[in-house]
Amino acid sequence: MRFGVVVFPGTWSDCDFHYVISEVVKQPVKYVWHRDRNLADLDCVVLPGGFSYGDYLRAGAVAGRSPVVEALPEFLAGGGLVLGSCNGFQILCEAGLLPGALMRNECLQYRCQSTSLLVENADTPFTRALRPGQVLTMPISHGEGKYHAEPETLRALRQRHQVVFRYATAAGQVTRAANPNGSAENIAGIINEEGTVLGLMPHPERAAESAIGGTDGLQIFHSLLGSLVEDGTFTKR
Amino acid sequence: MKVRVLVRLKPGILDVQGAAVQRALGGLGFGDVRELRVGKLIEVEVDAPTAERARARVDEMCRRLLANTILEDYTIETDSAEHLAPPGAVR
Repeated sequence: MRFGVVVFPGTWSDCDFHYVISEVVKQPVKYVWHRDRNLADLDCVVLPGGFSYGDYLRAGAVAGRSPVVEALPEFLAGGGLVLGSCNGFQILCEAGLLPGALMRNECLQYRCQSTSLLVENADTPFTRALRPGQVLTMPISHGEGKYHAEPETLRALRQRHQVVFRYATAAGQVTRAANPNGSAENIAGIINEEGTVLGLMPHPERAAESAIGGTDGLQIFHSLLGSLVEDGTFTKR
Repeated sequence: MKVRVLVRLKPGILDVQGAAVQRALGGLGFGDVRELRVGKLIEVEVDAPTAERARARVDEMCRRLLANTILEDYTIETDSAEHLAPPGAVR
C-alpha cells in the first residue's frame, strides 16, 4: 500500500507518520508537499498533525484551501483513502471533506495526554482490524480539538454510524470526565458518508511501538492494509 | 475600497476565550461585566469600482475562507456605506 504523508509549512507529525509507515508497518511511503496536486501513485494520503500555517485565521483554515487538499476529491473518486490526525482532522473539516468543525478546548488548556477511545464503528477500511466496544489508548496533543456540529449534523452522524471513536474511560464508559476537550458527544474521530475519509484528534502514529507507550495506533494501519487485500481495492486501482 | 469584516462566534456557541477574559477583568475589579465575547476584525482593501461590488467580493471571501460558517457569523462594513446603512442592514 502506497502512502503519501502531506507536509504543510508548520506540520510536525510528518516524520513520525513516515517513520511508522516505513519502519514499523514496512510500506512504501513518500512525503507530499502541500503544493503538489499529483496523488495518482498513492493509495492512502495522510494529513498529519501540527500547526499548518501557524493556525493563522483558524486551525486548518489556510491548509484546507491548499492545492493538495483541493486534489483530494479526485483522489477519493479514484478509490483513494484519506487519514487526517489532529491538525489533519481540522484541515479535513475546514475543507468540507468531513462535517462539523474543531474549536478551542473547553478547558482552555492545551491537552497533551493519553486518552482511551471507544471504537464505535469497526466497519471502515481504517478500523476493520478492531471490534465495536473495544477501547484503544492513544495520545492527544492539541489546544483546539473540541468537536462541534449542528444538532442535525450530530443526529445524521449517529444514524449513519459515522462516529468512529469517542473519548471514554479505560472501561469504555463515555463520560463527561473522560472528555478531554469538551467535544460534542465525546466525539474523537469521524468518517465521511462514503467511508473513505477518517479524521481523528488522537495520534495513532505516536502509539505504534511498545517502547513509546503502546501499539494501539498500529491497528489503524493494519486495518488499512487488510482492507486493500481483502476487498480487492488493491487490484482495482 | 476599504472593507472591514467582523467575525464572531455564533450566538449560543460557548466562547471560552471570552469567558476567560471576563474572569480576568473580574480580577481587575470589573465585576460589572455581564457578558464578554471575543471576535475578529479583518481589514481588506479590495480593488472594486463600487462599494456594492467590494461588498460582494468580500462576502465571497468570507464564505470561502475568512469565516467558518459552522461556528461563526460575519458582518461586512464598507467605508462609504456604513454611515448610511441602518443598524442591522449589514449581514
